[in-house]
Amino acid sequence: MTRHIVARTTDIPPGGNKVVGVDGRDIVVFHVNGEFFALLNRCPHAGAPLDKAACVARLTSPEPGVYQRSRVGELLRCAWHGWEFDMRTGQSWFDPKRVKVRTYPVVIEDGETLAKGPYVAETFPVHVEDSYIVIEINN
Amino acid sequence: MSDVIDRPALEQDESAKSRLRIIDCDIHPSLHSRADLNPFLPKRWQEHLKTFGDHLRTPYIGTTPYPRSSPLIARRDAWPPTGGPPGSDLAFMRKQHLDPLDIEFGILQVLDLFIFSQQNLDFGAAIQRAINDWQLAYWTSREPRLKASILVGQDDTEAAVAEIERCAKLGQYVQINVSPRANEPLGRHRYWPIYARAEELGLPLGIHVGGYGGHAPTGGGWPSYYAEEHQSNAHTMAATLTSLVIEGVPERFPGLKIVFIEGGFGWISSTMWRMDQHFERFRSEVPHLKRRPSEYVKQHFWFTTQPIDEPDEAKHLRSLIDWVGVDRLLFSSDYPHWDFDDPRFAFRTPLSETERAKIFNGNARALYKL
Repeated sequence: MTRHIVARTTDIPPGGNKVVGVDGRDIVVFHVNGEFFALLNRCPHAGAPLDKAACVARLTSPEPGVYQRSRVGELLRCAWHGWEFDMRTGQSWFDPKRVKVRTYPVVIEDGETLAKGPYVAETFPVHVEDSYIVIEINN
Repeated sequence: MSDVIDRPALEQDESAKSRLRIIDCDIHPSLHSRADLNPFLPKRWQEHLKTFGDHLRTPYIGTTPYPRSSPLIARRDAWPPTGGPPGSDLAFMRKQHLDPLDIEFGILQVLDLFIFSQQNLDFGAAIQRAINDWQLAYWTSREPRLKASILVGQDDTEAAVAEIERCAKLGQYVQINVSPRANEPLGRHRYWPIYARAEELGLPLGIHVGGYGGHAPTGGGWPSYYAEEHQSNAHTMAATLTSLVIEGVPERFPGLKIVFIEGGFGWISSTMWRMDQHFERFRSEVPHLKRRPSEYVKQHFWFTTQPIDEPDEAKHLRSLIDWVGVDRLLFSSDYPHWDFDDPRFAFRTPLSETERAKIFNGNARALYKL
């Protein structure tokens, strides 16, 4: 496993995302409700970039005329054909048994901890006063 | 965040010699605003458009009868950063679509103002002329990869033929477009003067899905949902194919070439089999047909591939391709619409190099004489 420092937490506003290149992969990091999620930036259905997806909610209806929104912002709706994915697991809502977006564990660490290393992406200047988004990748 | 798809151009590792460039037979340009048409529209019709808007047989003014799955039925990533609707900015179209996918030629299909279905026929004639001029001024003269079609509203057949004459003289258009949802099925004699001119000029007749002919879009009546209505694109195309073949259009116009655009191709083989079966039994009812219907289809008709069918098993897609025939298929993306097919990923079944060369380039090159 390698750990990659990919951004400062302040680089991605709530509801926003950032695409980062890690080992030749495009990974998109979302910031939702105070949490960060990292997914491969490619829809497994037809290849669309997921950073252009809409961040939507889970919508359920227990009975006619009653609608409930939950997990607001945690579901991705692809920009092209509208396939939906759970940001937390990468699971497809439409075809959960067969289709999944690759997800990567994300941790937030402060600069002081990170300065002790060892980490990949050494070119990223780390300042002890900031906190950082770290993605873990199993090679 | 990146503005364009962050993936390499198609097969960029291969040498230029063996590289297969794409001919995309369905690209939708858009007006930035309706005022774009003013330079091509007489004052009288500019005023009309401003005062009355357009007049389609739809229940609500200024919108489609069914709420679509995404704003302006577009990919969410296709809105130009400079503003305006998807498909309205040539520079962004180049950056997002033409360049990264290595599109050699793109055939424009204009849906703005849906000129084919305008109920005020004089207004329809004025805006079809304006849109045909706008395609050259805004698109093909600025981007030689893009090719325009002569749009004509078929229900004023006389005006349609006059517009074909006017545009054909300019020598810039590669196709004549009519709509599959006219006031009558497209095989009816009233539309034949258009087909006669298309044949004489050697221009393919393009038929893109959509339209508001005033009839329910399905034979069973009005759908309730967009998901249901979207299915009817294929039904309408099947009905149009049947009408053209059985009413004798390809028999009467042996040189006519017809392209079905955005109808997909999954339904074609069963439609041909059924028509052949009926022809064997009922040929005395239609003695004007000299050959089996499938023979006309396989000689006169081409089909663009999008929206490609996605069967659970890839081998079934392979069968659909084999049944229609590789020679009849033209790749299309439908850019910038939401149901866009990406040429790199849409065919989830192996194709040989020869097959790829035909579907993605050769068939369209020969048909449109590119």
